[in-house]
Amino acid sequence: MNYRIYRQLAGVVAASTAGVAQAASELPTPYPYPEPAWSPYIAGGLIGLLVLTTLVLAGKKLGASSAYSDGSGMIGRLVAPRHIASIPYFQNNKPMIGWTFMLVIGTIIGSFIAASTGGELTGTYLQDMWVARFGPDSGGLRTLVALAGGALMAYGARMAGGCTSGHGISGTLQLAVGSWIAVICFFLGGIASAMLMYRL
Amino acid sequence: MNPGPHSTETRATPTTESPSRRQRPETESWNWLEESPGRLAAALLFGGIFGFLLQKAGVAKFDILAGVLLLENFVVVKVMLAAIIVGMVGTWLLRKAGVIELHISETRYGGNIIGGLLFGVGFGLLAYCPGTNAAAVGQGNLDALVGVVGLLLGSYLFALTSRYSSGTISRLGNRGKITLPGLLGVSTDVFVPIAALLLIGVLFLMESLGL
Repeated sequence: MNYRIYRQLAGVVAASTAGVAQAASELPTPYPYPEPAWSPYIAGGLIGLLVLTTLVLAGKKLGASSAYSDGSGMIGRLVAPRHIASIPYFQNNKPMIGWTFMLVIGTIIGSFIAASTGGELTGTYLQDMWVARFGPDSGGLRTLVALAGGALMAYGARMAGGCTSGHGISGTLQLAVGSWIAVICFFLGGIASAMLMYRL
Repeated sequence: MNPGPHSTETRATPTTESPSRRQRPETESWNWLEESPGRLAAALLFGGIFGFLLQKAGVAKFDILAGVLLLENFVVVKVMLAAIIVGMVGTWLLRKAGVIELHISETRYGGNIIGGLLFGVGFGLLAYCPGTNAAAVGQGNLDALVGVVGLLLGSYLFALTSRYSSGTISRLGNRGKITLPGLLGVSTDVFVPIAALLLIGVLFLMESLGL
């Protein structure tokens, strides 16, 4: 850890709380966003067909977030089985290798195949937009922010009953009221924190 | 084997256990596989297609995911709306044909709203959501590996604390498995075509605005 991390962290806190926008370099406007490999309508439509296919063939919906819950419980079963067995949540949701866990493992593999055949493998720790905002030496800050973001997101997903896949796609297309409420709140919260981080 | 009067195994440790659960459970009795190997292999295949499509749709990319939250890049919205339109019309027709049943979760206003907002704040910080984080790992975005650690950590924290929140926030405003047409008192046969046309209209509007 070096001083720069603390300075940047202080900058983010200051910028987001007091509105003192003196932190980092500005993003170029208009920012050069990358183009997706396929039309988003084609890829999105095929994702819709995939959800239908899993509903018909497996009687299951596409989700992602509960895989991390099972994953954490299974790591716990290996490290401290008595502790895991004593937690009521894990008694009701036994951490096992299940449908969603394998979906997420498959998602990693499928994305790897798509990226490697399409020449889009990255291998980078700091992504372009992050570097444009926080500079090339902000690895420590990115680690803290990604860790906090992931933890907050998983906590919220369990409380909300799903994530952008389970609620945002599978639930909304079946017209579940809670899914539409959840996905609207996902974006409201996301817009608020992203605007504070990148635009203040 | 008769457990003798001095047997220690049967004596539960006096912790804060619920009265319904007298014996302390052990994970050794839990299976590791929740489904048959065939179904798990099918899940791996469906997940593979999902990850392939997410990457081709560009939503494994940090900039595109952050861009939608900054209201500057709308690829994520286009992907989601296209999936919703196809899936909504599809589930409507397949249910009418009696091929599938609904698989939805209960609507709980408290959990959906508060959990949803917490999720959103984390989404803005990480810039990947749980599904696209997996796709970002596959694509080689190394910061998504930290995202995995964070997601595992947050899930564990929820498991630890859910005994406090499950009786309050998570169950607040539990309305069961309600749907939008049911809430509005409209037949699905009326709702779905209108909603599909509306959402297609939104996509056309976005394109005409150059978004």
